[in-house]
Amino acid sequence: MNIVVVGLSHKTASVDIREKVAFAPTQMEKPLRALLAIEDIAEAVIVSTCNRVEVYISTRDIAGGMARIKRFLADYHGISPEILEPHLYAHHGEAAIRHVFRVASSLDSMVVGEPQILGQIKTAYGYAAEFKTSGIILNRFLHKAFSVAKRVRTETKIASSAVSVSFAAVELARKIFGNLSDKTVMLIGAGEMCELAAKHFINNGVRGVMVTNRTYERAVKLAEEFEGKPVSFDDLFDQLHKADIVLSSTGATQFIIKPKDVEEVIRRRKLKPMFFIDIAVPRDIDPKVNDVENVYLYDMDDLQGVVASNLQQRAEEAKKAEAIIDEEIGQFHKWLSNLEVTPTIVALRSKFEETRKAELEKTLASWKDLPPDGAKRLEALTTAIVNKLLHPPTATLKRVGQGGRTDLYVDALRTLFELQTGESEAEELGELEE
Amino acid sequence: MNALFFKLTLAIYFAATIAYLAYLVKPREVLGKVSCWILSAGFVAHCAYTVDRYLEAGHTPITNLHESLSFFSLAVVGIYILFERKYRIFILGSFVTPVAFLLMAASTGFPSAIMPLNPALKSKWLMVHTVMAFLSYAAFSVAFGAAIMYLIQQHFLKSKKLGPMYQKLPSLDILDEINYRCLTIGFPLLTFAIISGAIWAESAWGTYWSWDPKETWSLITWFVYAALLHGRLTTGWRGKKAAILAIVGFFVLLFTFLGVNLFLSGLHSYK
Repeated sequence: MNIVVVGLSHKTASVDIREKVAFAPTQMEKPLRALLAIEDIAEAVIVSTCNRVEVYISTRDIAGGMARIKRFLADYHGISPEILEPHLYAHHGEAAIRHVFRVASSLDSMVVGEPQILGQIKTAYGYAAEFKTSGIILNRFLHKAFSVAKRVRTETKIASSAVSVSFAAVELARKIFGNLSDKTVMLIGAGEMCELAAKHFINNGVRGVMVTNRTYERAVKLAEEFEGKPVSFDDLFDQLHKADIVLSSTGATQFIIKPKDVEEVIRRRKLKPMFFIDIAVPRDIDPKVNDVENVYLYDMDDLQGVVASNLQQRAEEAKKAEAIIDEEIGQFHKWLSNLEVTPTIVALRSKFEETRKAELEKTLASWKDLPPDGAKRLEALTTAIVNKLLHPPTATLKRVGQGGRTDLYVDALRTLFELQTGESEAEELGELEE
Repeated sequence: MNALFFKLTLAIYFAATIAYLAYLVKPREVLGKVSCWILSAGFVAHCAYTVDRYLEAGHTPITNLHESLSFFSLAVVGIYILFERKYRIFILGSFVTPVAFLLMAASTGFPSAIMPLNPALKSKWLMVHTVMAFLSYAAFSVAFGAAIMYLIQQHFLKSKKLGPMYQKLPSLDILDEINYRCLTIGFPLLTFAIISGAIWAESAWGTYWSWDPKETWSLITWFVYAALLHGRLTTGWRGKKAAILAIVGFFVLLFTFLGVNLFLSGLHSYK
């Protein structure tokens, strides 16, 4: 049995293609059942997010399986195969395992280390489990992918740092203030970036919001949105000491906040720290403000510098993650191969055993002057012959099972000895292995 | 028996220091917990050593430099473990544990034989005065560790060069709070130690205060910390200023403890 992955992602397809191929997350039953109805597809899982659409199947026929998924994707969404084909990637065997482990660990994501993808795959797997389109192989495979992703998360620092400007600002605030729940944010100006950053702060537990703007109406409107307090622009320096975090993005052409103002404000605050974030270009806050004691000023470039160094750190952590994945692929591949090899060995052994027993019985039934311990001796002799003969092929199969090219040997043996090729044994075995 | 406990403590503190430094390099929760357990085991061994010595000598074992350094170290570890339980900041241990280990190691450099007590030291005040003094020293040592961490973290935030160390260090707020907590524990203890010392001096030598070098330096130390506490409570000194003063205070304290003993002669100089 093989694992085959066919799909497309932000790396291979533009958003207009991805949109067309996406599956509605609430209506997974129909496509999953349709996939399972296709011949030679034993199990199926569909992962569909805004950045990727992937189909995982288990099948005996690798090439056929790939072609059938491709056709299914085109037919299901009514896109001509010629248009879709160039955007699709297809993996099987070890490459498929590596691919899914990397996706689940967020190494293949647009922002490496972003945590959402794991949840999305879990949801996708949830549908497959609900509609019973995944079986022992994909079950085991995806559970393994989840545990690999968890290992990557706990053993590397791949997701430990903020990679967007807004999150970097929140992270910095945490390093300054610790808990944000009793902190107040002041928004100066009402730019879009400022709003976004303010939202991040609110989502991260900031208590109070104050908004000021040159046009007071705009401040009132925005303050309502955040359930905050509007402050008239003229009162800015009267109110500033109440803010712990100041987000500024006005269209002013000159500095509106100078070191002298901040020194005064910080004195009124009894030296309680302040964090200024200047998102405006040109800047609103004099860079010298950073020199005031207990005041921290970050402008857009500073924040982007933080993000860049975090991204670089993630890239370094990604290398460690790849090493973890390498390790885990080996283990899973071994299981998959054994899954293939073991039933064949079992079938081969039982075939030999049945033949031996049948022939022995025939002989014993017709042998009149058998010595008293003759039956016992013949039993031992025939068993020994069978075991001796079966030893080399069993050992060889176990060995290739760990290397690759398993199918070749398994198919040859099954044909040569006319072994049963039922799924039931494999399933039983799989359950035992679970 | 006594020597065994001592060696055991020294060995475990060494292991704890290594473990905490490893935590500094690779801050894993498990490593932090293991470090804390090792240190706690060392603390138990250290208590055993101290109690054993107390029983053998028949008085609180803080009468020579060997014993004092050992007791200082014990107090540092004890106070640190309390902070560890409250704040769960293992990285603080990376800064404090080496101090405890060094104090313990330094104590090996001084004669450890139990000597008969000088008559003036034979007093119930010996225990009260010295234990208070060393507990306050320990609190100030933890404050020293937190202050150094504060300055490092603040440097990262101000300079905007956020290295890997920045990720590992706790927030400025927590470090400042630890600094303050230590002060509120250490200062009353120091005050009480000085007062009990004065009472003892009166009963031993008939005078509360004789401007002996140790007394003078104790007063200086007290003033430094009093200024820090006053600044914090009234003008809101915090952050960098508080951290620097905690560091200055610690060096004054070290001089009061060691410098006076080693370089200046007086009633407190252990022979």
